[in-house]
Amino acid sequence: MKNNRHKSSIGEGVDGLTILIYFALLAVGWVSIFAAVYDPAQPWFSFSLNYTKQLIWIGTALVIIVLILSFDYRNYETFAYIGYGLMLFLLLIVMFVGKEINGARSWLDFGPIRLQPSEFAKFITALALAKFLVSSEAKTESLRTKIIAGVILFLPVAFIILQNDTGSALVFSVFVFVLYREKILPEWILFGGVMMAILFVVGLALKPQSLFYFLVIPILTIAVLIILYIKEKKPSIIVFILSVSVALIIYVYSTKYIFEQFLAPHQQERILVLLNDDIDPQGRGTRYNLFHSKVAIGSGGLWGKGFLNGTQTKLNYVPEQSTDFIFCTVGEEYGWLGSLLVIGLYLFLMIRLILLAERQRDKFVRIYGYSVASILFFHFAINIAMTIGLFPVVGIPLPFLSYGGSSLWSFTILLFIFIKLDAHREQQMERK
Amino acid sequence: MQDNRKWVIIGLFSLIGVIFLVKLFMIQVMSDDFRRKAEAISIKSIVDYPHRGIILDRNGKELVVNAPVYDLMVIPKQVQMKDTLAFCETIGISIDDFRKSWKKACDFALERPSIFLKQISRDNLHNFQDQLSDYPGFYINARTVRNYPHENAAHVLGYIGEIDERGLERDATGYYKAGDYIGISGVEAAYEKELRGQKGVRHVWVDNWGREKGSFKDGEFDTLAVAGKNLISSIDLDLQKFAEELMVNKKGAVVAIEPSTGEILAMVAAPTYDPNLLTGKEASGNFGKLLLDENKPLFNRAVRAAYPPGSTFKTVQALIGMQENVINSQTVFPCNKGLVKCHFHPTTDLQRSIQHSCNPYYYQVFRRIIYQNKLTQHDSTFSVGKDLDYREGFTIWKKYLDAFNLGRKINVDLVSEVPASIPGLSLYDDRYGKGNWKFSNIYSLGIGQGEVLTTPLQLANVAATLANRGYYYTPHLVKSIGNEKSIHPEFTTKHTVPINTEYFEIIVAGMRDAYRAGTVASYAINPDLEICGKTGTAQNPHGEDHSVFIAFAPKDNPKIAIAVYVENAGFGGVWAAPVAALAIEKYLKGKTSKRLEWTKDYVIKKRFILEPQPEPTDSSEVPEKPAPAPKKVDTVRIALKEDKPNQRSEK
Repeated sequence: MKNNRHKSSIGEGVDGLTILIYFALLAVGWVSIFAAVYDPAQPWFSFSLNYTKQLIWIGTALVIIVLILSFDYRNYETFAYIGYGLMLFLLLIVMFVGKEINGARSWLDFGPIRLQPSEFAKFITALALAKFLVSSEAKTESLRTKIIAGVILFLPVAFIILQNDTGSALVFSVFVFVLYREKILPEWILFGGVMMAILFVVGLALKPQSLFYFLVIPILTIAVLIILYIKEKKPSIIVFILSVSVALIIYVYSTKYIFEQFLAPHQQERILVLLNDDIDPQGRGTRYNLFHSKVAIGSGGLWGKGFLNGTQTKLNYVPEQSTDFIFCTVGEEYGWLGSLLVIGLYLFLMIRLILLAERQRDKFVRIYGYSVASILFFHFAINIAMTIGLFPVVGIPLPFLSYGGSSLWSFTILLFIFIKLDAHREQQMERK
Repeated sequence: MQDNRKWVIIGLFSLIGVIFLVKLFMIQVMSDDFRRKAEAISIKSIVDYPHRGIILDRNGKELVVNAPVYDLMVIPKQVQMKDTLAFCETIGISIDDFRKSWKKACDFALERPSIFLKQISRDNLHNFQDQLSDYPGFYINARTVRNYPHENAAHVLGYIGEIDERGLERDATGYYKAGDYIGISGVEAAYEKELRGQKGVRHVWVDNWGREKGSFKDGEFDTLAVAGKNLISSIDLDLQKFAEELMVNKKGAVVAIEPSTGEILAMVAAPTYDPNLLTGKEASGNFGKLLLDENKPLFNRAVRAAYPPGSTFKTVQALIGMQENVINSQTVFPCNKGLVKCHFHPTTDLQRSIQHSCNPYYYQVFRRIIYQNKLTQHDSTFSVGKDLDYREGFTIWKKYLDAFNLGRKINVDLVSEVPASIPGLSLYDDRYGKGNWKFSNIYSLGIGQGEVLTTPLQLANVAATLANRGYYYTPHLVKSIGNEKSIHPEFTTKHTVPINTEYFEIIVAGMRDAYRAGTVASYAINPDLEICGKTGTAQNPHGEDHSVFIAFAPKDNPKIAIAVYVENAGFGGVWAAPVAALAIEKYLKGKTSKRLEWTKDYVIKKRFILEPQPEPTDSSEVPEKPAPAPKKVDTVRIALKEDKPNQRSEK
C-alpha cells in the first residue's frame, strides 16, 4: 500500500506552496539576469550570455528535483555521515587542485563546468548535524553533545576559511538558530549574539571619548542592579552580572584591536566605509561597489524604471550585476514595490519552512528544516543588506535569484531534500 | 517553551525583512538624491559645435572659410593589428611613432577614442582612406579650422583662438566653456555672436566605460546646433590686395570708404601678415614671432595708431572758419613766414590756401576762430587785449571737431579702435595753469600739429564727409549679415556736420587744385581721375615726418574717399599721394593706367621699413614641438596687452 502510493507519483505529499514560491523566485531571478545582461546591440541569443546559461542551470535543477524526489526519503539520513566524509574530502582536495577565482581557491574545474564544493557543504553538514542530534548518544543537556555538534560544524568552516572563502564560511554561523531551537544553546544566545554585534559596531563607530560616556550609563545601571539584588540577597547573580558587565566593557574597548588584528585590510575597509561617509564619497575606490549599488537601487523610486529600463545596471556601473548584486536590478527596475514583493516572497518562504519544520513528528526532519530556513535567511539577509549598505560587501549569492549553477543547484538540493522529507511526514517515526 | 523559541526566530527573520523595507523606502521613495546621482553618472551632455559663418568680400569672393582637417582616431580595445609594419607604411609613419601614439592612446582609455595622428593633409588621407577599413578600431574624424584663401585683410578679419580665463569670466551668459573658440580680434571678434551660431546639445546614456548607449528620452531635451551666419564684408578684395601690395615694406595705413554708404572698401595696416599663420597647429608659435617683430605687424594702425593729421586738417579748419563767419571765400592773408614756417608760393585766398597748403593762412584762421572775430585794430598779430576771451572760441572749435568725429571713436565694427585725441581746455589749464596760456601756446593746432591726434580711419571719414559735402555714414566693414541681409542700424544713420553745404565747394575746388597743380608730386597725377586731395606732413619728433594724404574721387558724385599714412616718408605729396592715387585709379578703373605704371613700381619698390633681422632660429631643430594648449591662451592674453603700445611712440 505504502509502496504503491510511493510509486504512483513523485509529487505525492509535497508542499505545493513552497514549490510555488521557489519557482516564483526563479522567475524573478531569470528576468532580472536577462535585464542585467541584455544588450540591444548584441544578438539576444548566445550560449555565452548569462541568461541563456541560467536557463540551462534551471533545466538541470529540474532534473535534480526529480532525482531528489525519486530517492527513498530514508537515504538522506542513512548516507548523511558518508556524505559528510566525502564532503570534507572534497573540501580538502580543492585546496590543492582547485581553481582560484577572486582570491578564493574553492572551485573544482571540470572543463565546461565548475563546481564549488563549499556550496554543497551546507546541506550535507545540515544532514549530518541532524543525524547526530537525533542519535541515541546525543543528549540535549550534555556537554559532550554540544562539543560534537560544534565539531561537526567547525570542520567544514575551517576548511572553507583555509580556501580563503570567508563569505561561504560565515554561512555556518546560522546553525546558531538550529541549535537554539533544539535547546543545545541557551535562551539568551540570540539576544547575546545580537548584543555582541551591536556592541562591536558601537565600539568601532564611536570615538574613545564618546565611548567613555557610553560606558557610564551601563555602569550606573549595573550599580542600581547590584543594589537591587543585594536587597534580595542573591549574591551569585550579582557576581554573574558584574562579571558580564566587566566582560562587555573589555569587549567594547577591544573591538578596535580585534578589528585590526583579525581582519584583512580590505575587509577592514569594507566595514569602515559603512561607518564613515567621508571615505571615498564619490565611489571611485573603496566605496565603488557600495556606491553604485545604492545609486542603482535608490534611483528606482516607488515603481521602478521598468523592465529593461534600468540605467545603472544596464550601463555596467553596478559590479557583478547578475550574480551577487542581482538585487540591484530588482530595486532599479521595479522600485520599492518590486523589492517589497521579493522580500515578501523570501519571508514567506522562510516562515513557511519553519512552520513546516515544526509540524514534523521526526526531530531529524525538523532540525534539517530549520537548517534550510536559516541558511536561506543568512544569504537573504547578508546579500540584500550588502546591496543597500547595511552590511559590508561579502561575495555571497542571493538564493534562486543570482546567476550561477553551483549556487542554484545547492539551494535547490537544500530545499527539495526538505520538501521530500516533509512529503513523507506521515511515514516518519516519531522522534522527539 | 518550544513555541516560544519558534516565534523568536520567526520574529527575528521578519524584523530583518522590515528593516530592509524601511531602509529601501528611505533611499528609494523618501530621497531624490540617488535618482539625481544616477542621472549625473549615466547621462552625458554632448555639445554639437555649429559651423562658423564664413566671410565674403563685397563681390562675393571668399575672405574666410572653414577648411577641413582630418585626425586619425583610435579605440585601442577594438584594434586587431595583424601587421603593424604594413599599417605604418600605409599611413606613412615610423614604427617608433606608432608605438608612441599607441601607448598614449592606451594610457588614455582602452574603450574610448583618442587622437592617434593629428591634422592629416587631404592628399595623405586619400592615400590610405580606402585601406583603413582593414584596420578595425581606427577611423577618421573631420573637423574644420579657419582658412583665408587670399591671405589679405588680416587686420580686418582678425583671428579666432581658444577662450581664456578672463573671457570666460566676462561671458555673463555662460555660453562658452574652456576650450571653445572665440573671435579675438577684427570682424571675427566684433561679429562673434553672428558668426558662431548656437551650440547644440545632445543628452546620451553612457556606460561605465564612457561609451555612448543611445539618446536620453529620445532626445526630448536635446537642442539642435544653429549654424553661424555668413557675413558679406564691405571690403573690395581687389582693392585691398592692391593697397597691401603698395604698402609693402612700409609702415602706415590706408583706409578707403565708399562715401555714399560709409562702407569701408579697403583697410590696410602696414606691415601686415598672412592670417593663415594664426590658424592650425602652428598658430601659437607664429603668434609669438609676430608679437616680437619690431615693426609690429599685429598692430592695426588703421584704427589704433594716433598720428597728427598735419595739413590735411586745414580742410576742416577752413570749413569751421567759414561757418563761424570769421573768414569767407574772399579772405586773403599774406604768407607771413615769420608766424609759422611755409614753403614758397604766392599770396593766397581761401581756395589757394588749400591748393598750396599755406601755413600762415591757417595760423590766422585758427586765431580768428579762437578769438571769435573780436580782434580789433589794436590787437597785433602777436598780442591781444588782456581781457579778450579765447575759451569760448576754443570750445566752439572743439565742438565742430566732435561733429567731424575727430579724436573720438568712430565705432567702426572692430573691437580694438582707439579714440585718439583732440585737446580740450583742461589739457592746457593743467599744463600751464588756468589763464596762463594763450594762442601762442596752441597755434600749431591750426595746421594739424601739436596735440591734435587722429586715426587714419577718422581722416578717411573726413575725406568721405568732404566728398559728401557735409555728411557721413559711420564707416563699417560688414555690409550684410546672414541670409536675411541685415545690417546693424547704426550704420544706416546719416550724420550731418553743422556746416553749410555751400561752404564745401570752395574747399573741394582747392583740393582739386592741390592734386592737379599744388602740393602733389607730378608722378602721382592722373587728371582723368578727377581726384580732390589734400596733402599733409605730420611732424614726428622721433624721426622723419609722416607722409599723409586724404582724397576723394571723382569730384562730382564721388565713389571713393581715402586716407593714407606712410610713416617716416616725409612730404605727403611725395609718398602718401601716389599711394592714394594708385588705389583710387585701381578702384575706379580696375587697373593702373600707363601714366601711373612707373609710379606704381616706384612705390612698391620703395622701402621705409627696417631690414628684417636675420633670425637666429635654424630649422634643423626638432621639427615639431607643439606648444601645450594652455600656454597658447597665455600668449594671447599677453598679446592683448602688448597690442596697446604707447600711441605717441607710434608716430
